Amino acid sequence: MAAPKKGRSASAQSKPGRSLALILIAIVALTAGMFASGNTTPRLGIDLAGGTSITLRAVPEKGQESAINKTNMNTAVDIMNRRVNGLGVSEAEVQTQGDRNIIVNIPKGTNSKEARQQVGTTAKLYFRPVLATEVSGGSATASPSPSATGGASAKPSAGASEKATGKSTASPSASATSQGRAVTDGLKADATPSATASSGSKASASPTPSASASSAASEAAAKLQAQYAALDCTKKTVQNTAGKSAKATEPTVACGKNSSGQWQKYVLGPAAVDGTDVKKAQAVFNTQTAAGWTVTMEFTSKGTKKFADITGQLAQKQTPQNQFAIVLDGNVVSDPYVKEALTGGSAEISGSFNQTEAQGLANMLSYGALPLTFKEDSVTTVTAALGGEQLHAGLIAGAIGLGLVVIYLLIFYRGLSMIAIPSLLVSAALTYAIMSLLGEAIGFALNLPAVCGAIVAIGITADSFIVFFERIRDEIREGRSLRPAVERAWPRARRTILVSDFVSFLAAAVLFIVTVGKVQGFAFTLGLTTVLDVVVVFLFTKPLMTILARRKFFATGHKWSGLDPKALGAKPPLRRTRRPAPVDPKEA
Amino acid sequence: MSKLGSLGARLHRGEVGYDFVGNRKIWYGISILITITAIVGLAVRGLNMGIEFQGGAVFTTPQHTAASVAQAERYAKEASGHDAVVQKLGNGSLRIQVAGIDTGKADSVSAQLAKDMNFAEKDVTADLVGPSWGEQIAAKAWQGLAIFMILVVIYLAIAFEWRMAVAALVALIHDITITTGIYALVGFEVTPGTVIGLLTILGYSLYDTVVVFDSLKEQTKDITKQTRWTYSDVANRSINSTLMRSINTTVVALLPVAGLLFIGGGFLGAGVLNDISLSLFVGLAAGAYSSIFIATPLVADLKEREPQMKALRKRVLAKRAQTAAEGGQPQQETVDDGYADEPEDAAAAVVGPRNQPASRNRGRGRPSGKRR
Repeated sequence: MAAPKKGRSASAQSKPGRSLALILIAIVALTAGMFASGNTTPRLGIDLAGGTSITLRAVPEKGQESAINKTNMNTAVDIMNRRVNGLGVSEAEVQTQGDRNIIVNIPKGTNSKEARQQVGTTAKLYFRPVLATEVSGGSATASPSPSATGGASAKPSAGASEKATGKSTASPSASATSQGRAVTDGLKADATPSATASSGSKASASPTPSASASSAASEAAAKLQAQYAALDCTKKTVQNTAGKSAKATEPTVACGKNSSGQWQKYVLGPAAVDGTDVKKAQAVFNTQTAAGWTVTMEFTSKGTKKFADITGQLAQKQTPQNQFAIVLDGNVVSDPYVKEALTGGSAEISGSFNQTEAQGLANMLSYGALPLTFKEDSVTTVTAALGGEQLHAGLIAGAIGLGLVVIYLLIFYRGLSMIAIPSLLVSAALTYAIMSLLGEAIGFALNLPAVCGAIVAIGITADSFIVFFERIRDEIREGRSLRPAVERAWPRARRTILVSDFVSFLAAAVLFIVTVGKVQGFAFTLGLTTVLDVVVVFLFTKPLMTILARRKFFATGHKWSGLDPKALGAKPPLRRTRRPAPVDPKEA
Repeated sequence: MSKLGSLGARLHRGEVGYDFVGNRKIWYGISILITITAIVGLAVRGLNMGIEFQGGAVFTTPQHTAASVAQAERYAKEASGHDAVVQKLGNGSLRIQVAGIDTGKADSVSAQLAKDMNFAEKDVTADLVGPSWGEQIAAKAWQGLAIFMILVVIYLAIAFEWRMAVAALVALIHDITITTGIYALVGFEVTPGTVIGLLTILGYSLYDTVVVFDSLKEQTKDITKQTRWTYSDVANRSINSTLMRSINTTVVALLPVAGLLFIGGGFLGAGVLNDISLSLFVGLAAGAYSSIFIATPLVADLKEREPQMKALRKRVLAKRAQTAAEGGQPQQETVDDGYADEPEDAAAAVVGPRNQPASRNRGRGRPSGKRR
């Protein structure tokens, strides 16, 4: 061996214990993490656990191709989440995939049909004038008497996303701080002191939809009134369905949660402004007026006109008929009142929002403005029985694969498989632990292709050992004894392993980034296991080899060690400075 | 290891000396033949695209469905108005494929089937695919393929050299063509699972090729400093010396895939497991073949066109002729340690990735004391 090698090999030999300890600590830490976080098994995908998986594709409106962007997709995901989980579907998950797909996974045991309808339909966002409203059922059963307490406008504030506190303060003050929602023109928020009294009785208005532009026939009005009277928004089933089927051009009843978390029912006029008329909505922290978090909206030119019309009408009216309801999918998400006609094309909804609430409302408003519709691309329903069966099959396949590889290694590498097999097991343990933890951390779900990826990875991992072992054998063939052979073989094997693993990882990464659907799960496991392969070879296989090379069994090239110089056809170890190299001048 | 037969033993001892590069024309010929067959197969028979690519629905009935395949076909046709393909799976359930129905309509079909065949609707596994989904998957896959190829060529050109990158790319295209060709000829159904398998071959086929190239790069480091071997000789030796590893790797990679295929085919009948493992199986075999028989000989071919390599070949041949004339046995010399220094070569040493000053090697047994 050349002189310069000595330093390196000496240091390499001193390290094995430390590396082994390191990887042992890693395994223990990961396992502890698994138990501590309660994720002792990987989260299973729909195809293994059973359930329904829906893939939706965003279709932009004509000429709006740029509408498919991250912000819009995220907004859509928020809304769908709201819709699906609003059904009482527990643990449904909605996520974007690729640049234009949304995946909705609904676990087994829930009504997937209804969920499909939910996500499949386009969200409808309307601004409808409020004709009447009252708290539904429950404690504060207000008599439907037209009550305007004093000069102040009684303010039944609503907003599904609201959980405002301190609602007892009847403050004839700047609306900005009132618990009600006021729509003002831009920054004029605090200009008009609008008294907002929030009486304990949750004031309300007469349930007479007569005020609605006389367009509604009296018969329809009567029907609506009956509906309204019968409507009980405290019932879960009713909450989301009440206003769902309403046509935009007709009055309807609807439910919504008010700021104190009570359900409120509404009679709403025909839609005055469409969601698509909203150009932009965002949550803003208004420092100038101390209004706190507000939501600003900008309308399109068409929307501006419509909005100006409706606010002009509403501003003349009495509470609650000066309110309009922002209705998303038939659900009232906010019902601000109007103080004046807003003609500027922009408006601000203020109130005691916190940041999350403001952003939530802004999102919903934006969604209505999304020039996107969503099409069902694929729907997969897997029964729990089949899921279990597939999981079972995957595990058996994995076991068979692993078993075959182990047998092969035993036959060809004999004693060396005492290094290869534990390395495979360490790799498997790390993969399992990391997958379990990632389920929680990044929502990784083990699906069938991912299982496939893991099984295929057995080959990749085992290959690294083969590269290393073959290199060692090459060195032994050249007449070296084991310990120098290991140290000489390692740097070259290491390079080969790194280069080839890099190519493999590159493939996985490209697949993961570019592709959609099942391919991604596969690519993810493949990438993960490739990385772990490098970790295991460096921190486990090599150190273990170094340690075992000191054992007599291996060092003397025992017949069953897999390193028997005779079986390998090694040349007799000669003392020389020149190798005889009769066969070839091989360096590898 | 004699039990494994003499070839096995020789392989084990690393003594196999097949002239891969010398016989490359034969293997090129075989590959071209296979490739042409594959392309013809693709052109004539086309690929049997699964439901996922055409749009439609796949229903899987619960285990031990009483209805027969023929009955199920009739029911499905009645319910959907389209022809249905029904397969009986290993566990006694039926897999009913109906092309061309809309995701919305599939619900009623599923309900009708459940009624006809007398099981609860909730026990049906359904896979409904809109027609654009498959297109999208395929488009994404092509995109991934293109990006990957570009990146890999760049990477290999940097890590090795452009000739190797080109050869690897040719081998890769070769593998993919053969795999898809086999799919066309045999008529296996192409599903997203197949695409996954095919894409994995990318990584795997290259993985194999890269290992051979790595050895080749190492061995040809100082090639111009000697006159015993031409580039092709060294390339051939690289293949032979990594042959054992190539075989082991391929076998080890194929074993788990075989496990998958066995389970996927025998136990579940059809499905993702089967699709992925089938294309992997075919592709891996093609990949192992191409890295040995195509990629490296191709590099040798390309390299031999370089002026330096041409010059080297000339010198090597001249030297061999000379030793032959002297009655020596050129291949049996024991003194030579490969790249013995010859002063006249020092000037030409430009090719090796790391040129060492000629003086450094002089008087030393090993030309490259430093190994990476």
